Amino acid sequence: MKDHLGRPLVAVTGIGIVTPLGWGREESWAALKAGKSGISRIRRFAVDKLRTTIAGTVELPEEAEGAPPVSAAVRVERMAEAAVTEALAQAKLGTAGAFPGPLMLGMPPVELEWPQRFELARQANGSGAYPAITQVATGRRDIYETFMFGGVGERLAARFGTTGAPIALTTACATGASAIQMAVEAIQRGESDAAIALGTDGSVQPEAVIRFSLLSALTARNDAPEKASRPFEKSRDGFVMSEGAAALILESLEHATARGAEVLGIIAGCGERADSFHRTRSNPDGHAIIGAMRNAITDAGLEPADIGYVNAHGTSTPENDKMETLGMRAVFGDAPPPISSNKSMIGHTLSAAGALEAAFSLLTIRDQVLPPTINHDEPDPTVMLDVVPNVARPVSGLKHVLSNSFGFGGQNVCLVVSAAP
Amino acid sequence: MKKQDVVITGIGLVSSLGEGPDAHWDALSQPGTKPVVDEATFAPYPVHPLPALSLDKQIPKKGDQRQMEPWQRLGTYAAGLAIDQAGARDLVSDMHLIVAAGGGERDIAVDEAVATALCTTPAEETGPILNEKLGTELRPTLFLAQLSNLLAGNISIVHGVTGSSRTFMGEEAAAADAVRIAAARLSEGRGGIALVGGAYASQRWDLALLYGSGNALWRGPFAPVSARPGDGGFVGGALGAFLVLETAEHAAGRGATPLAKLSGVATDAAHNRPNPSAAAAKALWQKLGAPSGSLGVLSGMTGVPDARAAEEEFLAGFGDAAIRRTGTLLGHGVEATFPANVALGALALSRGGFYPAMDPADAGDGAVERILVTGFGQWRGEALALLERAA
Repeated sequence: MKDHLGRPLVAVTGIGIVTPLGWGREESWAALKAGKSGISRIRRFAVDKLRTTIAGTVELPEEAEGAPPVSAAVRVERMAEAAVTEALAQAKLGTAGAFPGPLMLGMPPVELEWPQRFELARQANGSGAYPAITQVATGRRDIYETFMFGGVGERLAARFGTTGAPIALTTACATGASAIQMAVEAIQRGESDAAIALGTDGSVQPEAVIRFSLLSALTARNDAPEKASRPFEKSRDGFVMSEGAAALILESLEHATARGAEVLGIIAGCGERADSFHRTRSNPDGHAIIGAMRNAITDAGLEPADIGYVNAHGTSTPENDKMETLGMRAVFGDAPPPISSNKSMIGHTLSAAGALEAAFSLLTIRDQVLPPTINHDEPDPTVMLDVVPNVARPVSGLKHVLSNSFGFGGQNVCLVVSAAP
Repeated sequence: MKKQDVVITGIGLVSSLGEGPDAHWDALSQPGTKPVVDEATFAPYPVHPLPALSLDKQIPKKGDQRQMEPWQRLGTYAAGLAIDQAGARDLVSDMHLIVAAGGGERDIAVDEAVATALCTTPAEETGPILNEKLGTELRPTLFLAQLSNLLAGNISIVHGVTGSSRTFMGEEAAAADAVRIAAARLSEGRGGIALVGGAYASQRWDLALLYGSGNALWRGPFAPVSARPGDGGFVGGALGAFLVLETAEHAAGRGATPLAKLSGVATDAAHNRPNPSAAAAKALWQKLGAPSGSLGVLSGMTGVPDARAAEEEFLAGFGDAAIRRTGTLLGHGVEATFPANVALGALALSRGGFYPAMDPADAGDGAVERILVTGFGQWRGEALALLERAA
């Protein structure tokens, strides 16, 4: 019931998933194992004049029936709600509206978007000037409570009845992994027997797409959306923005065992290391990435050789391929374990990615199947890795998975996900 | 796991009153200090403006300065001040970092021009024009200046803080939890030294729009926090506040002198106000388990009515404690206010004194042995920190 450092082992007893491949854990996972792409042409808004016109998107039911698109803040919350609901149904922990632990919520920064700005400017007699729109916005509690950073967490905490203050956090592309780490730490320190860890992102809106485009981060392979995300492949040239959410119900193994819950796996180790090199690039020596990977393995009380598979950060950028290859070779030597990228199918779900990939890592162990890296047409000779090309691979005896998350701003977090003991 | 004591060995503080511990002690330990207020530029919203900063001292590379807007610069600057006071420049590679962040600056001119130009355009025609305008008019680097986690990123880049990096979001509550978690991690042996804090650049229309929409901003001539009737509201205060926290053992091991001991931090988030919020805070006070004699309180009261009512109900239980509403002189700095008040508490304990009244409602002037910092968020969140003299 305790780990090698005397801390309570932290079990996963519920998993909830929303991706462009489906609203639901098993639907998304089945598509992932089948190597299906969730990337498509953006239909949510006009894409004229955009360099990149593709993304992974998750439409809300009312949008699918023709309602106008919601803001990222609302999408983030709705997907989170669905993921937590699914995870709780599996974990069967707590009662409706009363969960016995805190909420750790990985989410993107949210803000007023253009539809809100246009609406306010119309009400201000056609003036988009800040003094004018601020005046007409006064008293709009809907705007305030939707776009304050604390809003999503407050509503989710109230709805699921989590304890204490919800903590919303961002570490860029490592956000979802950080949320899991925060929850694990809360249980390890005895703050609570259980916690909900959540990563959610729904940022496919015009300004966000343009901003990532201006950083030259996105691929513009618009003519074949499902072929656009191709991590570790010779012609990859940028990531594909995407949306989704994943929730994990975490509890001490002792707590889970005592109540007879099915243990889906263990979050055995968390490692982090920040980089001070550049705002969007890693130090070429890779020390922060290598440090985060090693720290996670050490935190789990394991040796690199114990890791049977790596769930890649695998964004489909040349920079990531280079750095992740460097990290893999440095940590694992000449015979690194297989590594594959969920992002080849679902794109880069940004703040949700770390949580989604930890969730898929648990399912990888459950089913003993490595999901593929799709779109692997021409290997890149500089990527000396077994990337599980194109088709899923059955395995046996897989016990420990390393899940990598590396973010803009130098924030790197790795998790070791292990089979139930 | 044996819990270790956590002490504060450095504070980095920038406000409209100036920068650094001496400037703040000089201004705030004397009665009669007046707030620095600009009532005109963002009328009808008064603000406490940013003081002039010698940016080169903390952000030596012009290239780094150019990659940031005022919010990130202020935070990065204040973080550097804290590291300097702690004498911890050579410890940054293993220093853990938690930042409480809002959003960074938007391009106000582009926002205004695009909203004016397109607000009456039929919806089906808006998209392509919007895409073209944003694609040509947004500066690529502004995205990085806007990203919440890039304040932490810049602190890593400029000061070399790389033990770990986390950014909490969620206004006042995020800052209190940042301090709580940073201290808890040290206490349980996850590292020896950490940097935690936040920044608020008050002179921003985009923030006036957000907080104004909730009626959370005070309008009209400046008034003290306790004397804002009707809808009340906060007056934004430029504020950068970072703390260097260490285990007592780590500080002693390197001969650093603690300013104060951080004896406890407790947070909650009641879903209603004022009464459930006051009750939550009372429970947090019980959890801290401190005697209420010789208590000084540094209140982060905002001036938003429901939050103020909840806090006044809570404070009414403290009898003769010396209560100081710092927002009247510093303004409200959202994510920076809680760490700023912890910093002011550490400063007072290190100087062996306390502060005279800052707000007309401030009362109590007995000896102060320990300091309670309160943080009732403008909308949600209750938080307390307890500071005591370092052993």
